[in-house]
Amino acid sequence: MRSPDLLRHAWAVASKDLLVEFRSRTAIVSVAVFVVLVFVVFQFGHDPTAVSNFDLAPSILWVTFTFAAILALNRAFQLELENQALEGLLLAPIGRGSIYLGKLIANLAFVATIELIGLPLLALFFNVPVLPFLGPLAATIALATVGFVAVGTLFSAMTVRTRFAELLLPVLLLPFMILPLWWAVLATGRLLASRPLSEVAGWLNMLAVYDVVFVTIALLLFPATVNE
Amino acid sequence: MLLAERLRHRFGAVTALDDVSFSVQPGHTLAVFGPNGAGKTTLLKVLAGLIQPQGGRAQVDGGRRAIGWIGHQPQLYAQLSVRENLRFWASLYDAQPPHDLLPRLGLAEHADRPVRALSRGLMQRVAIARALVHDPAVLLLDEPFTGLDRTAAEAFSRLLAQHAAAGRASVLVTHNVEEGTGLATEVAFMRAGRFVHFAPRGARGPAQVAEDYRNAIA
Repeated sequence: MRSPDLLRHAWAVASKDLLVEFRSRTAIVSVAVFVVLVFVVFQFGHDPTAVSNFDLAPSILWVTFTFAAILALNRAFQLELENQALEGLLLAPIGRGSIYLGKLIANLAFVATIELIGLPLLALFFNVPVLPFLGPLAATIALATVGFVAVGTLFSAMTVRTRFAELLLPVLLLPFMILPLWWAVLATGRLLASRPLSEVAGWLNMLAVYDVVFVTIALLLFPATVNE
Repeated sequence: MLLAERLRHRFGAVTALDDVSFSVQPGHTLAVFGPNGAGKTTLLKVLAGLIQPQGGRAQVDGGRRAIGWIGHQPQLYAQLSVRENLRFWASLYDAQPPHDLLPRLGLAEHADRPVRALSRGLMQRVAIARALVHDPAVLLLDEPFTGLDRTAAEAFSRLLAQHAAAGRASVLVTHNVEEGTGLATEVAFMRAGRFVHFAPRGARGPAQVAEDYRNAIA
């Protein structure tokens, strides 16, 4: 399949998913409420005299994004099981890669929306300045998100036809999220502590490599996960 | 136009297809009758390329682009309107939905309604429209009359007759002999993954085919 066709069909799948979500708004509202609740719980559940907000904020940010993303990823292929639409996608003369990329784009848009909601809330609840480091912080968030959403989209396709998909997805996904989360937390911590950019460049490079490797692997493995 | 050669497929200990061979020529409609679990849906999925058979081969001239599928489920997105669904499916085939498609199926006035608001029968009509959205050369139909009222079933039968008259092929599988016979040029009876009967329908009417079916399946 030619690249323009791959991307055009991927965009068709992604825009359809986003339109479905825009119509229902159930997932985005639920996940946004989840993000707010997590921040509230952590805000009231920690002693700021024991651990400073600067030390705690990066971990809370990434734990929140991780679980919000898992909630979103769980429903990525659930949508296709309704009325067996997945069979229609597999029957269409488009590459399996287009379906994967379409789902990846839609999931990234969804998780990015959650992150756009979460980041200002983090600044608000934990009183940490994010505006001075917004560019590097956005790059860190974007690179880490691409990696774990790429893996999550693949696992979402693998688990959707199993009986305990909601449970199985995090069990499979979380081990693969350890490395990008670790690097993202370290980079975020350094940025919030006003450390020079050179200190985070290494982690950003690692995140970029992780993205390339896992998007490629997921593209290669995806056809095997959806074929009967 | 459509060829199946020595198809074999098993799901664990269950034999779904056992040495099934046939061909369907342009303008012909093969009706496959069989009880539940006979392997009819597996046969259609193999023809569509959704299942890779463990033995034999299936070939449709024009590949997946040439196939239209109507199955048990409508393959529609409930939150989207009828028109949005058709646009989406057409885009995957690099096609535009034909302008007369919705009026032909009595769906023009429902075009902007979300699919979730439609009755089962209307939803099945949209599923038919979805299958025809790219003007397929081969139609694969799995119990296509499910949920259709008498009027809609007759309209659908006319549409299938037009499809055949235009030189297109169809394979229809159903357990209901009455509803499929009128459209068929060839008739097959399937039991435990095998064709136990395959012949032109000829002048046989539904009653005769039903009797032949009972004798073959018993």
